[in-house]
Amino acid sequence: MKHALNITNLRKTYEGGKQALKGVDLLIEEGEFFALLGPNGAGKTTLISITCGLVQKNPEDGKVFVQGHNIDTDGDNAKVNIGLVPQEFNADIFTKVEDILYIQAGYYGISRKEAKEQVEMLLEKLSLKEKRKSTPMELSGGMKRRLLIARALVHKPTFLFLDEPTAGIDVELRHEMWKFLQELNKSGVTIVLTTHYLEEAEKLCKRIAIIAHGEIKRLGTMEEVCNGRKLEEVYLEITK
Amino acid sequence: MTFRQKYIAFLTIFNKEVIKSVRTWKTTFLPAIITTVLYFLIFGTFIGSQIKSIGGASYMSFIVPGLVMMSIFMNSFQSMLFKFYFLKFQKTIHEILISPMPAWLVVFSYIACSVFNGVIIGTLVFASAYFFETIPVAHPFLALLIVLLVATFFALLGLINAVYAKTFEDMSIAQTFVLTPLTYLGGIFYSITLLPSIWQTVSHFNPILYMINAFRYSILGFSDISLMTCLLVILGGIVIAFSWVLYLFKTGRGLKA
Repeated sequence: MKHALNITNLRKTYEGGKQALKGVDLLIEEGEFFALLGPNGAGKTTLISITCGLVQKNPEDGKVFVQGHNIDTDGDNAKVNIGLVPQEFNADIFTKVEDILYIQAGYYGISRKEAKEQVEMLLEKLSLKEKRKSTPMELSGGMKRRLLIARALVHKPTFLFLDEPTAGIDVELRHEMWKFLQELNKSGVTIVLTTHYLEEAEKLCKRIAIIAHGEIKRLGTMEEVCNGRKLEEVYLEITK
Repeated sequence: MTFRQKYIAFLTIFNKEVIKSVRTWKTTFLPAIITTVLYFLIFGTFIGSQIKSIGGASYMSFIVPGLVMMSIFMNSFQSMLFKFYFLKFQKTIHEILISPMPAWLVVFSYIACSVFNGVIIGTLVFASAYFFETIPVAHPFLALLIVLLVATFFALLGLINAVYAKTFEDMSIAQTFVLTPLTYLGGIFYSITLLPSIWQTVSHFNPILYMINAFRYSILGFSDISLMTCLLVILGGIVIAFSWVLYLFKTGRGLKA
C-alpha cells in the first residue's frame, strides 16, 4: 500500500524560539481515517499547516511526502492532493456560498463548468443547497463548518485534513457530519482528523497518534494505544 | 498546473476582484473622480486662469497629465493594499497558499486586477478633464504603455505594504508619510524648471517626478526630463518591486507563520 502521508524527523521552531515540533515521524496509509490527538499547543496545527504550505518549512527541517510528492521539491503536485478544513472560519464573508466553492475550484485550475457537478453534489450532501445564494454572514455556525468542508472537497482531494471540524456544533449535526465523513473515507479519501472530542476519534478512526510538547508520544491502533484502558485515561496520562 | 489550469486560476482571481470593485463602485471609482474634478475646477479653472502658460500649454492642460497619473497610481496602490490586507486579515489568503498556484501567478493575477482598476479610473478622470478643456493626446500608445507600467509599479508597492502591514495603522503609514508628500512634490502642479537649482536636484530623487513627466510627454509632447530616463526609472522600479514581491511569496515572509 502507498503512503498517503510520510513525515520524517519534522522539526519546527517559530521566530521567538518556540519549538512546536521536535522531530516528528508519521506514516499514514492510503484510505486511513487517522486521528491526531493532543492538547492545545501540542503541535497538531503546526504539523498540518506545514504539510499544506501555510507554515514555512526549510528543507533541513525534515521531510514531508504527500501521496509520494515531496512538499519541498514537488509542492504543487502535493497540494493538488490535499484538502484542508481549518479550525477557524476563513471564507470571504461577502461572497455567496456557491461562489466560494467555484472560486476555490478555480484556484486549482478547474473551470465553473467542470466544477458544477462536484459543487452541486457537495451542496446537496452537506445540506447547503437552500443557502447557495446566501453569504456566510447569513449562515449558522454548523452551516459555516459544512461550507468549509465543501470548500475543502471541491477539487476532489485524495487526502483531507480536518482540524477540529466539529468544535462548537450540536450533537445532532456532529452525528450527521460523522456519517458524511465515514462515507467520504469509504470512497477512498484518506482523512486525518484532529479533535478534542475523544469519543469522535474512537468512533471514526482505526489508528491514532497522541502528540504533546511537539513529539508523538503514542502511535498505533486504538487497541494498541489503549491496551485495555479507556482512551481518556491514556490521553490524560500522556499529556499531563 | 497546465497552462490552461493557470489561465483558469488567473481568471478566477481577476473576475472575483474586478466584480468586487465594480459592485462597490461608489467607494472604488467615484471618490477619485470627484477629488480630481475638484482639482481641475479649483487649480485648473479658478487659479489656472490667472497663471501664464507652461511650455506653450495652458495651466489647465499642464496639470491634467499629473492629476490623471496621480489618480491612477493612488488607486492601484490602495486597491492592492486593501485587497491583500483583507485577504490576510480574513485569512482567506490561506486558500490561495494551499492551492497549487505558483507564487508568480498569484502576484500577476492581483496586479492585473489593480492595474485594471487604475486604468478605469484614469480613463474616467481623463474623460472628465474634457468638460473643462479639450486636450489632444500627442502619443496615445505611449500614454497607454506608461499608464500600464506605472499602475503595475504601484500595485507591487501596495502588495509589499500589505504583506508587511500587521495592523490597520500600518496600512496608512507609507501612504501618509511617503506616497502623499512625494506625489505633491512630484511636479503635478509645477514644472521643476521653476524651482531653485538645489530643489531641482532634490526633486530628481523623487521617482514620481519621472512618472508624471513621462505621462506629460505622452499627452502634451513635452516634459522636464527625457522620456528615456523616465522609462528607465519606471522599468527599474518594476524590476526591483517584482523581485521583492516574489521573494516575499517564496519565503512566505508576512504571509506564512
